[in-house]
Amino acid sequence: MKEPAGSFTSSFKIPLKSPFKMKPQTFLLSCLAVILSLLIPRVSVAAEAKDTNAKFPLRWAAAVDSNAPFAFYDKNNRLTGFEYEIIAGIARHMGREPKFIQNSWEGLIPGLGRDLYDCVICGIEITSEKAQEVLFSDPYYITFEQLVVAKGTPPINSLAELSGRTVGTLEQTAALKMLEQTPNVIPKSYSEEINAYKDIGSRLYGVLLDYPIAKYYAGPMPELEFTGPPFGKISYGIAVSRSHPELIQQINAALAKMVASGELRDILSRWGLWTPTMAEACKQTAEPSLPDTEYRAFAAQMELHGGIVAHLKRYLVYWPVILRGAILTLEISVLSMLLAIALGFLLALMRVYGPFPISQVATLYIELVRGTPLLIQLLFIFYGLPNIGIRLDPFVAGLLGLGLNYAAYEAENYRAGLLAIPKGQMEAARALGMTHHQGLRYVVIPQAFRLVLPPVTNDFISLLKDSSLVSAVTLIDLTGAYTRIATQTFDYFGTGLLIAAIYLLIGLPFVRLAGWLESRLSTDKRASEQKPSF
Amino acid sequence: MSGAENSIVHVRDLRKGFGDTPVLKGVGFDVDQGDLISIIGPSGCGKSTLLRCLNALETLDSGEIRIAGVTLKRSEGERKLDSHFHELAHELRQRVGMVFQQFNLFPNKTILENITLAPLVVKEEPREVAEENALRLLEKVGLGGFANRFPAQLSGGQQQRAAIARALAMSPKVMLYDEPTSALDPMLVDEVLSVMKGLDNDGMTQIVVTHEIRFARDASDRIIYMEQGEIVEISDEDEIFTNPKDERTRRFLHKFL
Repeated sequence: MKEPAGSFTSSFKIPLKSPFKMKPQTFLLSCLAVILSLLIPRVSVAAEAKDTNAKFPLRWAAAVDSNAPFAFYDKNNRLTGFEYEIIAGIARHMGREPKFIQNSWEGLIPGLGRDLYDCVICGIEITSEKAQEVLFSDPYYITFEQLVVAKGTPPINSLAELSGRTVGTLEQTAALKMLEQTPNVIPKSYSEEINAYKDIGSRLYGVLLDYPIAKYYAGPMPELEFTGPPFGKISYGIAVSRSHPELIQQINAALAKMVASGELRDILSRWGLWTPTMAEACKQTAEPSLPDTEYRAFAAQMELHGGIVAHLKRYLVYWPVILRGAILTLEISVLSMLLAIALGFLLALMRVYGPFPISQVATLYIELVRGTPLLIQLLFIFYGLPNIGIRLDPFVAGLLGLGLNYAAYEAENYRAGLLAIPKGQMEAARALGMTHHQGLRYVVIPQAFRLVLPPVTNDFISLLKDSSLVSAVTLIDLTGAYTRIATQTFDYFGTGLLIAAIYLLIGLPFVRLAGWLESRLSTDKRASEQKPSF
Repeated sequence: MSGAENSIVHVRDLRKGFGDTPVLKGVGFDVDQGDLISIIGPSGCGKSTLLRCLNALETLDSGEIRIAGVTLKRSEGERKLDSHFHELAHELRQRVGMVFQQFNLFPNKTILENITLAPLVVKEEPREVAEENALRLLEKVGLGGFANRFPAQLSGGQQQRAAIARALAMSPKVMLYDEPTSALDPMLVDEVLSVMKGLDNDGMTQIVVTHEIRFARDASDRIIYMEQGEIVEISDEDEIFTNPKDERTRRFLHKFL
C-alpha cells in the first residue's frame, strides 16, 4: 500500500510543474496511467494469491462485526467465537489451514458464487430456499428463537400474543420470517443486535432472535429478561458453492469426527451453548464437559463501562483498525477522485465539443450513471461482473465504482465551467491564429478551471463520505472500523464522535488546498491589491 | 481607386446568411496596401458580419475573399467544407488581426501574457523574443509600464489599446476593428483612435467598422457605406460627406452632420 502512494505523488508532480508545456491529453493520460499502475500490482497480487494455494488453505467467510458468540473480534482485537473454533477444528481434520475472509452479511452468499472463499460459517439457518442457492453441511448447531422483553413484562406464551406490538430482530433471519408470518405483529429489522436490545422499552416491545445471540447480548443486561417457550427450531449449517459437492462431503466427515471425539461438546460447553437440544442431536449427555469460561469473559466485558479514561484506553487498542480504515478511506477517495477528474474532463469535452454521436455517448453515460444509485453500481461491479467473467479485487472494484460514478458529476461541473466562459474568449483566441484546440487549452480551460474549483472541492468532500459505501464490497474503511469498534465496545456515541472527527480531519487539508488555489488564481483579488492608475 | 491586382484585400460577391435570413447579399470591394477603410451604416446592415467573414470567424456561404495572398473561395450550394478550406481559414487568420468591441482580453492573464500567448503558442517564438516584442508594442500603444497588470486593473481605453497590441504581436498584414470604441466612455475614445491613426502613418492596412463618423471622415482613406446587406457606396472621405452619390447615404449621414 505504501509503494503505490509514493509513485502517485511523484508522477502527479510532473504535470503541475509545467502545465504550459504539457498537453491536457498528456495530463489525462498520466492520470489514467497512475491509476492503472496502481491497479496492476493489485490485480496480479490477487492472481498470485490463487497460485500459492499450493498450501490449499480452507478459506472461510463470516460477517464478524457485532457477531458474538459466532465469530467476532474480542476486546484485544483478536478473532474468536464458537464458529471460529469449529471451522478451525474442521480445517485441522481436513489437513488444511483455515484462512479467514471478511465480508458483509448481505455479501456472504454472493461471495461464494464469486469464489472469494470456499465456505461460509456465520449462523446461517438451513432453509429450503437457501438450499436452492448453496450446498449446506450437516448442522453444527441446533437452537431456537428466544424472545426478550423488558424486565417485569407479563409472561408471553405464543407469538400471537405479540399482536399490535413492534418487535425487533435482525435482517434476513428466520426470526424475521416468523414475525412476518404472525398477524398484526410489526417487525422491525436491525443490522446490529446490540441496537435492537438497547431499543427494548423505547422503540421496541421485545426482540426475537436466535438463542445464542439473546444469551450473549441480552443476557448480561439487567433491565431485560427472557420470556416464553423456545420458538421454532433452527439448524446452522456451513454453506458451500453448489459447484463443490466434494467439499461438503469432506466438511461433513470432519464435523462427524469432532462430534464423536467430544471436541464439539467441549467448544460449545466453554461458550455456554451446550444445550439439551444439542446433547440430544449428538446423542451425548446434557451436562457441559467444561465450565462456560468464554461466556463469562464476554459478559464481564459487556458490563465494563468506566469513565472517559477507560474509553480512551479502549480506543488505543483499536488504533490500528482506525488507522488502517482511515488510510483505506483516504487512498480510495483520492484515487477515485483522480479517475473521476480525468474521465469527467474527457466526458465534458466530448459533450460540449464532440460531434453528434460522440456527444450523445457522453450524455448517455452521464445520465445513466447519475440516475442510478452508487451502491447498486458498486454491487454490480463487484458481484455482477463476475457473471460475464470480469473478477475485480475489492479495492479495484471500489475505486472503479466511485471513480466512474463521480466522473459523471465532474463532467457536468466542467461542462458548466466551459459554457460559462464568454464566447468572445474563444473568438479572440481564434482571431489570434490559434486552432480550436489551442484556444481550449490555453484560453478557455484555464479560466474554466478556476470556476469549477469550488464545486469540485465540494464533490471531493462528498466522495470522501460516499467512500463509506465500499464496505459493501468487503473493504474495511473508516466506516467499517466504526461498526467494528462500536459493536465490540457497545459505544456508538464516543466511537461515532471519534470517527466523525477523523473524517473531518481527512477532508480539511483538501478544502484548505482548494481555498488556497482559488485565491491564488483569483484575478479579482489581485486587482484589489494593486490600484489601477487611471 | 486602384485595380484589383494591387489590392491586399479583395472581396467578390460575398454572401452570408443565418438560417433563412440573408445578411450579406453579394458584397465586393478592394483595399489597397496601407489604406484605412471605414465601414459605416445603420445597425443590422451587415457590417460586423462582413468583418467577421474577412477573418473567417464566420464562414462565407459563397463568394471569394483574398487577403494577403490567401484565397477563400466557395461556390453557391457547396455544402461540405473540406479540411483544405479550414486550413486556408486558419492561414488567413494568421495574416489578419482583429480587435473586438468588448476587447476580449484574457482576464486571467497579465497584459504581457495576453500579448505573448499567441506568439508563443502559434508562432512558437522563444519567450525572450515574444516578451521583448510585447514590451515594444506596449510602448507603442502608450502602455509602457502596464505589462504586469491584469485587464481588470485597466480602463476601457487602456484595455482596447492592449488588445490592439495583442493583435499586432502576430505581425498581421491587415487589422480589422469591430466597433472598437463603442464600449468606451467618450473621454477614452480618442486615445484608441490616435493609436489607429499612428498605425495608419506606419503603413498598416486597417478596416474599421465604426459609428465614429468624425473619425471616419478625419482618418479614412475611403469610406464604405452599407445598408441591408449591400454596399451602397464606396467613396473617398471628402466626397461622401460633401457629395454622396446615393440618396440613402445622404439620409444616413444627415443624422450625424
